[in-house]
Amino acid sequence: MSESKGSAELLIEGVGKRFGDVVALDRVSLRVAKGELLTILGPSGSGKTTLLKVVAGFETPDGGSVKVGGAEITSLPPAKRDIGMVFQNYALFPHLTVKANVAFPLEMRNVGRAEIEKRVSEALAMVELAGYEARLPRQLSGGQQQRVALARAIVFNPRLLLLDEPFGALDRKLRETMQLEVRRLQRRLGLTTIFITHDQEEALVLSDRIAVMNKGAIQQVATTTEIYEHPANDFVADFVGESNIFHGTVSAPGTVALDGGGSVKVTSDKPVGTKVGVLMRPERFGATGANLFAGEVIESVYLGTSFKLRLALEGSRELLVRQPARGTLPAAGSRATVGIEPDAIHVF
Amino acid sequence: MSRRLLIAACALIYFFLMLPLLVVFPISLSSAPYMQFPPPGFSWQWYERYLDDPQWIDATWRSLYIGSGTAVLALALGVPLAFALVRGKFFGRTILDRVALAPIIVPHIIFAVAVYGLFAKLKLIGTWYGLVIGHTVLALPFVVLVIAAGLRDFDRSLEQAAEGLGASRWQTLAKVTLPLLRPSLVSAGLLAFISSFDEVVVALFLAGANMTLPKKMFDNIMMEIDPTIAAVSVMQILLVSVVLVLIGRFGRGLKDSAR
Amino acid sequence: MFSSRNGFWPALPALVLLFAFFLFPVVRMLGFSVEGGTFDWYAKALGQGLYIRVLWNTFEIALLVTLFCLLLGYPLGFLMATTTPGWATLGFIFVLLPLWTSVLVRTYAWMVLLGRNGVFNRLLVEYGITSDPIPMLHNFTGVLIGMVHVLLPYMVLPIYGAVRKVDPAIPAAAAGLGASSWRIFWRIWLPLTLNGVFAGCVLVFILSLGFYITPALLGGGRVIMIAVLIEQQVREALNWPFAAALSAVLLVATFLVYTIAQRFSQPEPAR
Repeated sequence: MSESKGSAELLIEGVGKRFGDVVALDRVSLRVAKGELLTILGPSGSGKTTLLKVVAGFETPDGGSVKVGGAEITSLPPAKRDIGMVFQNYALFPHLTVKANVAFPLEMRNVGRAEIEKRVSEALAMVELAGYEARLPRQLSGGQQQRVALARAIVFNPRLLLLDEPFGALDRKLRETMQLEVRRLQRRLGLTTIFITHDQEEALVLSDRIAVMNKGAIQQVATTTEIYEHPANDFVADFVGESNIFHGTVSAPGTVALDGGGSVKVTSDKPVGTKVGVLMRPERFGATGANLFAGEVIESVYLGTSFKLRLALEGSRELLVRQPARGTLPAAGSRATVGIEPDAIHVF
Repeated sequence: MSRRLLIAACALIYFFLMLPLLVVFPISLSSAPYMQFPPPGFSWQWYERYLDDPQWIDATWRSLYIGSGTAVLALALGVPLAFALVRGKFFGRTILDRVALAPIIVPHIIFAVAVYGLFAKLKLIGTWYGLVIGHTVLALPFVVLVIAAGLRDFDRSLEQAAEGLGASRWQTLAKVTLPLLRPSLVSAGLLAFISSFDEVVVALFLAGANMTLPKKMFDNIMMEIDPTIAAVSVMQILLVSVVLVLIGRFGRGLKDSAR
Repeated sequence: MFSSRNGFWPALPALVLLFAFFLFPVVRMLGFSVEGGTFDWYAKALGQGLYIRVLWNTFEIALLVTLFCLLLGYPLGFLMATTTPGWATLGFIFVLLPLWTSVLVRTYAWMVLLGRNGVFNRLLVEYGITSDPIPMLHNFTGVLIGMVHVLLPYMVLPIYGAVRKVDPAIPAAAAGLGASSWRIFWRIWLPLTLNGVFAGCVLVFILSLGFYITPALLGGGRVIMIAVLIEQQVREALNWPFAAALSAVLLVATFLVYTIAQRFSQPEPAR
C-alpha cells in the first residue's frame, strides 16, 4: 500500500441507509473542506453514528457516494480508506503496548522498522506521552488512553480523522483539557476532521462548523455562531442551547403575532402572513426593551454568575430567562418584568 | 444458625466428593501384595510396576498423543464453527447450534457402538487416527461452548479499529482477534485434551488391541483389583490437577465457562 | 471477521466431520433395527419381561440419581454462590477436580471403598458396628453411590449459576421484612433458582439414562442398565439389530426428556 497523501476534502452525496423499516440516513449530503473540523451534533438515534460508519467503511450505504479528495471510496473496505478513527471506548488493543498500538497502522502499511520508530515517537511526543511506550493500555488513565488512541489515528498521516464521541468517558475537567488539545493538534496538522457528539456545548467549543442531525437527516450546517444565533428550525433552536421558542404569524412588517396571544417586534423582513418561529435566547433578556414580558416567577435558581428564572406568562406559556447575578434573587411567587430588543430575536 | 448447618452439610458433601480421590493415595503406596486397608506399610512397588510394564507405558503414550491430536483437531474445527455460530447470519444457524452440541446429549454408548460399526467397515479399528476422529466428535461441543462464550464477550470495535487502521481481515484475525481469544483457546484445548485422555467408552470399542490408558485401566479393573491401578489413578489425578492449574493461570475462568 | 456474505463457510469442516462421523454412523446403525422391514426387535425390547426390567431399572436409577444429586447439589451450589470469592474458588476446585478426574479412577476408588473387604466394611467390622460385611458393591446401592458421585458436579454448576444471578438485595429485603431463613429459602431462593435446578436435573437425568461405565463396573453384572445391555448385545451376542433397537429406544427417551425440558424451561433473558 502506498503512503497516504495527507489531509483531503470529504464529499458525501445523497447517502441513504435503512435498517429494516428504520431510515437511519435519509439521503444525506455534506461537504467537509480540507483542514476543516466539522462536528455532527445530534441526539442518540439521529443517524450520526451510522453516517460515521459509512464514511469509515463499516456500513455500506444503500445509495449515494462518499468521496475523499475527489476519489470515490463508497465500496472500498475500511482497510483501504486511509481514515484515522478514534472510537467511543478508544478500542486500544489490550494485548499490545502503547508503542505497538501506535505502530500498528504503520506495520499494516509495511513501513520500514526505522521509519516506524521515528514516526511512533513523533506521534507520542505530539500527544505528550513520550516515555509511556512500554505500558499496556490498562496501565494508563482514561485521558492517557485517549491520547494513545489519537496518536494511533494520526500516525499514518490519514486523509481524514473521525472522532466518535471520544470524550464521553472522561470527567468534566479532563474533557475540557482534551477538547482543547484535540483542537490544537487538528489545527497544527491541518487534518480534515469529523467529530461526533450529542453534547452541544462540546460542539460549540470545538468546531469550525456544525452539522445538526435529527431522524437521519441533516437539519442545518453552519458555523457555530450561525447555529446558535440563527437556527434553521425548531429542532436546531431547541437542541442547541437554552431557548424560548414561540410560533406565530407575521402580522405587519417587523411584527409577529404570537399564536397564544400578544405580539413581538422583530427585525425580520419576512412577508406579512408568513407562519414563523420566534427564538429568544434566555440570556438576551434585560430589565427593559422594546418587547416587555410580565409574569409570575415560578422557579428561580442562583447559578453563581447568573440567575435563572422561569416566568409564567399569560396563556399558560413559560419564559426562561437568565440574568447577571446582581442584587437579590427574585423569589418564587413574586412578579417580574423582563424585556428584549427586536434585534435579539431570531425569526425562522 | 441455619448458615452453620448449611456449611456443616456442605463439608460432608465435599468429603463425599473428594473421598474417592483421596483414598487412592494411601493404597498406591501400600506395601501389601493385594488391596488392603489401611496399608500395612509404605512402598513404591506399584509405581515401579507401572513404570516397568511396557503395556502400561505404551498405553500412556498412546493416550497422550491421541489426546494431543484430539485437542489440535477439535480446535481446528471447533474454533471456526464457533465463529460461524456466534457471528454468522445464515439460514439454519439455530439448527446447526443444536447439531454442534448433540454429541453431549446423545449417550456415548450409542455413539460408540455406531462409530464402531462404521469403522469396522472402514478398517479404522485400532488406528490412532480413528480414535482421534471419535474423540474429536465428543470434544467438539466443549470447544464450541468455551470459544463461543469468549466470542460473545468480545469487543468488536477492536476489530473495526484494526481494519480502519489498515489491517486486512486475516491480519485482524491473526493480530487482534486470536491473541485476545487466547485464554478461551487455552481452556478449550486443555478441556479437549482431558476429555480424550479420560475417555473410555469409545476407546473400548475403537482401540482394538492398541490399548489407551483408560481402556487398559478398564480391563484391569474388570479382571482384578490390583493396586497398580491406584498408582495410575494417582498420576491421573495429578495430571488433571496440573491441567486445572494451567487453565486457572492461562485460560478463561472456569467459573465463567460453568454458566 | 468472517462476516463476508453470511459467515457460513467456517462451519463447513466441522459440519463435514459431524455428518460423516456422528450423524451418519448413528443413523446407519439405527437403520439395522428395522432390517427386513419388521419391528420385531422393538417388540422384543419393549415386550419381553427381562428387557422391560432393564428399561425400568434404568429409569428408576436415573430418577434416584437425579433426586440424590439435587439433594446434595443444591446446598453445594448455594454455598459456593453466596460465600466469599476465596472460599468459592476452593469450592470450585473440590467440584471440578472430581469432575475432570477419570470416571474410571473414581469408579475404582468406590470399589476399594465399598467392597466386601473394602475400607468401609473394614471400619464397620473393626469398630463392631456389624459383625458381617454389608454388601455395598455389585448391587443397586453401589451403582447409585457411584453414579451420584460422578454426576453431582453436573447438578452443582447450573445451580451455582442460578444462585449467582439472584440479586442479593432480594433475600436481604425479605429478611428485612421479617421472613425467617426457611421462609426465605422456600419463598425466595427456590422459586428464583428453579431454572438452574431444572437444567441440572435434566442434564443429570439424561446422562444417567445412557450411563455405561459405572453400572458396568459397580453393578458387577447384577445391575443391568440399558447402556450395559447395548454393549453386551454388540460385543457378546453380536446382535446388531437388537442393539440398534435398544439404542433407538434410549435415544428417543433421551430426546423426549430433552425436548420436554426445553419446552418447560423459561427462556433465558437474551445476553
